[in-house]
Amino acid sequence: MKKALALVLALTMIFALAACGGSSKSDANTVTIGVFEPASGDNGAGGKQETLGVQYANSVQPTVEIGGKTYNVVVKYVDNESSNDKAPSAAAELVNAGCSIVLGSYGSGVSIAGGPTFEAAGIPAVGITCTNPQVTEGNTYYFRICFLDPFQGTVLANYAYNELGVTKAYCLNKLGDDYSGGLVKYFIDAFEGLGGECVHEEFPDGNSDFTSYVANAKAADCGVFFSPVSTEAAQLIIDQVVAQGASFPLLAGDTWDSNVILQAAKGKDVQVTVTTFYPEGADASFDSSIKAWINGNSTNLANNGGDDTVAAVTAMGYDAYFFALAAMQKAGSTEPAKVMDALWSTEINGVTGPIALDQTNGDAIRNTAFVKQADTATGTWIALDPVTVG
Amino acid sequence: MDLRKDKKKDMLCTAVALAAMFIVLLVMELTMKSTSILFTVMKKGVIYALVAVSMNLLNGFTGLFSLGQAGFMLIGAYTYSILSMPVSVKMGESVYKYYDCAIGIELGIFPSLILAGVIAAVFAALIGLPVLRLKSDYLAIATLGFAEILRALFQWDAMGPVTNGANVLRQYKDLTKVKIPFTNIQFPPTLFCFLVSGICIAIIVLLINSSYGRAFKAIRDDEIAAEAMGINLFKHKEMSFVISSFFAGISGAMLAMFQYTVQAAQFKTAMTYEILLIVVIGGIGSVTGSCIASFLFIACNEWWLRFLDESSNNILGLNILRSGFRKVVFSIIIMIIVLFFSKGIMGDREFSWARIRAFFARFKKKAAASEGGEPNV
Amino acid sequence: MSFLQNSLPYILAGISVGGQYALIAIGYTMVYGILRLINFAHGDVFMAAGMFMVFLSASLPLGAAVPLVLVLTVLLGFMIERVAYKPLRSAPRMSVMISAIGVSYLLQNCALYFTGGLAKVYPQLPWLSDTVTIFGAVTKRVTLITPILTLILVIGLSLFIKYTKVGMAMRAVSKDFETARLMGIKVNSVISSTFIIGSLLAAVGSLLYFTNYASVTPTSGGMPGLKCFVAAVFGGIGSIPGAVIGAFIIGICENIIKGLGWTTFSDAFTFALLIVILLVKPTGLFGEKATDKV
Repeated sequence: MKKALALVLALTMIFALAACGGSSKSDANTVTIGVFEPASGDNGAGGKQETLGVQYANSVQPTVEIGGKTYNVVVKYVDNESSNDKAPSAAAELVNAGCSIVLGSYGSGVSIAGGPTFEAAGIPAVGITCTNPQVTEGNTYYFRICFLDPFQGTVLANYAYNELGVTKAYCLNKLGDDYSGGLVKYFIDAFEGLGGECVHEEFPDGNSDFTSYVANAKAADCGVFFSPVSTEAAQLIIDQVVAQGASFPLLAGDTWDSNVILQAAKGKDVQVTVTTFYPEGADASFDSSIKAWINGNSTNLANNGGDDTVAAVTAMGYDAYFFALAAMQKAGSTEPAKVMDALWSTEINGVTGPIALDQTNGDAIRNTAFVKQADTATGTWIALDPVTVG
Repeated sequence: MDLRKDKKKDMLCTAVALAAMFIVLLVMELTMKSTSILFTVMKKGVIYALVAVSMNLLNGFTGLFSLGQAGFMLIGAYTYSILSMPVSVKMGESVYKYYDCAIGIELGIFPSLILAGVIAAVFAALIGLPVLRLKSDYLAIATLGFAEILRALFQWDAMGPVTNGANVLRQYKDLTKVKIPFTNIQFPPTLFCFLVSGICIAIIVLLINSSYGRAFKAIRDDEIAAEAMGINLFKHKEMSFVISSFFAGISGAMLAMFQYTVQAAQFKTAMTYEILLIVVIGGIGSVTGSCIASFLFIACNEWWLRFLDESSNNILGLNILRSGFRKVVFSIIIMIIVLFFSKGIMGDREFSWARIRAFFARFKKKAAASEGGEPNV
Repeated sequence: MSFLQNSLPYILAGISVGGQYALIAIGYTMVYGILRLINFAHGDVFMAAGMFMVFLSASLPLGAAVPLVLVLTVLLGFMIERVAYKPLRSAPRMSVMISAIGVSYLLQNCALYFTGGLAKVYPQLPWLSDTVTIFGAVTKRVTLITPILTLILVIGLSLFIKYTKVGMAMRAVSKDFETARLMGIKVNSVISSTFIIGSLLAAVGSLLYFTNYASVTPTSGGMPGLKCFVAAVFGGIGSIPGAVIGAFIIGICENIIKGLGWTTFSDAFTFALLIVILLVKPTGLFGEKATDKV
């Protein structure tokens, strides 16, 4: 009985702790922006870089004037653990915090999984870099400010076929991952449309042995290795391609635009090309001030992967924050329903280019993708010519 | 005292308590904000309670150490979402993007829920034929293996026209689509979860208290003695396995309803471990224990401890609170429970009014004793 | 020749991964032999060894970091046994297994906390990480070293168990726990030494494994751990040569499956193999037949 009492006591304590910890500090003069990003799991590294952009934007502009009244912007971060089954409860946590608008997530799968929770609560969500069409397709509450996979896949296929001049491509994606699965499908469609040939394989969750996949690509005589997977897997793939002395170039989408990749490829004999949202150097004043901010805090530096390279997702996170502020200003209110209506017609000029949404699904109208190649000698990105379609 | 009268009184108490719980729930749902995280936790808690009880039926009452629960939940979730998805969605581009859906039928919520259980049970019957011959740890690892194989099978490209490959299924009938019969009013979602789980758990309790349940317990306590008493070992094991999987399937279907989207990748071994932990924390062989533990587990994991993740709550300049700290604390709590309360919250006992009365009687006696007794030193 | 050139990378990878699995599987099989416990935390001890290496090599030279990793891992294995398993010696077997799952959960979450959820790049070990070419297949040198090192360690371990006093005590305890105690064997120290040997081998395995697949995440112990347990069961749990052979078979099969393009089923195949062997020969390839006493 003593034990039972002790247990009850312990649980009450936890509950009491939670009660004081969980009480939100909102009052009439604050507006809450939810950040729905992974901080752990497969996409933890990318999610943290995207969050950094929002954090920086928040430090640049911590208040916003809406309808003649100045509000303090409170940013509520929640970790969706890169996992579709944790997404609904993480989303519910944001809804519970009374967010006016939600930003995120890095990784399309969690965005799709968390979306209905936002829909049920009537809160608009703005995808920052989730490129799978299914995120916004057929719904009115999920918006996005980046380009889509059909576009990105086409750009990459054209690059492989025309610029690299290869006719056989090896495509690898993670099983059950909407982002890489979708992008690979669109790449194959476009590449085969051009007259090329594709070998397509998938690796299961938690796999760390890419020997066989690289060997398969070599055995099939492929000219390019297309694998737009998470940065965690990307490190291993690069390592394995180098270890097996494969000669084909590596091609990937926006996830690989990260200093994690640069560090993995540095000093090795490998060619890595990616498409992305923002090339470092496009906006010098933004670059220099965010670098100073990142270097000024050891936590930020660690979250950015240990150096001050500006990832495209960070720039996108920065733009997303201002896009959200602009939408609220346009709505003249912090009420989610009004913000949602205002989002359709919100436009800003961000560091990654002008952002405006189309009227069918609320996707960004973007027709330019930037192409970057890793300079393995210095560990930096070299910007190639951007590709514009349509 | 008249035992039968006492029993009747207890049953009445239970019925009143349950009715009161449902009424409170209904009032809460009608008055409070439906997006409150309290409801999210309660819904997920009650769904996990069902699967924990179904696992307890196997592990706690039949003594079959099976680790295949996630696999059967997977079957249930997929069956439900595929069957209940509107035909227009199936034929459209929004879900089956890369495949042409081969299933041309659409069922209502209840037929889909029941079929989810049935299909899981059918798979269990097939799997049970070979694996139930195995003993203890071998059975555990074989069922765990089957769950992994099922997961791979559902992600297989060739199964795409049915399962949509490894991609998410969505836009099926989720909790917000449940209507009160013959009307167009939305059924309160939390109440719905509680009702379905409650009915299922009640059926399991009835089964445990029937002659079959006694046979299960006999097998758990001593297989050889049970066989000698004329209990058909294989028949009863298979039965327990199939029934447990049936309810795991239903629970999987409800999980699908609850989280709006479903994907095979989430039904990993880690999920089975979570359910096993719930069963153990509640007490192996206690239905009420499983239910209580499941609410505590879900609430701690997804709600109460979240403040530990926020670095803004750091005090004294210590930088220990950051993302991930919640899970460290949570696993330490679990270790403490496992090491020092290895019987779990309820042991193998059930909630009973008699114990509550005895507890209060003792409490009163103690209080009286300390009041009237010697002064405190 | 072209066939050899095409299939050699898979076979090499299979042998190498098999050797690494073997080193972990021994830990499972020895603990199971003595305690009848599936030590679910063993895979995470392996992961923890990887994490130690990542953090230590950041501040220490490799020559100091490697021995320290081995010592720390052994200490971790020893501590886990003392804190989480020893108090439950008389409890039902299920409780101990749950405790193992709890430890595994704790180790993963601690790793998650200390890494901040990011994958850590494993340091390059000189010489081992170099690439070599054999018969036209390019691979890391560690791939070739692994099976050799594994065999040396296994032979050493077998001799240890056969000829030393501790080894003899281990065999006695695994045969009959109670009788061994009556014969004056200090059961607790025998169990501790089992965990020490198991953790040491897991640490060596982690050095080889992560040199080959150079990134450590909190969950990177999960799947290898499970597969190694399967390997131990496959070979007949309790038998060291069985675990080694099982591990090599699983490692090679897994890579051949991937080479054939059935990548979706590379994990599932391992379990399918296990189920088949359990049904045909329930005690595994080299397991001793257990008899039930009434």
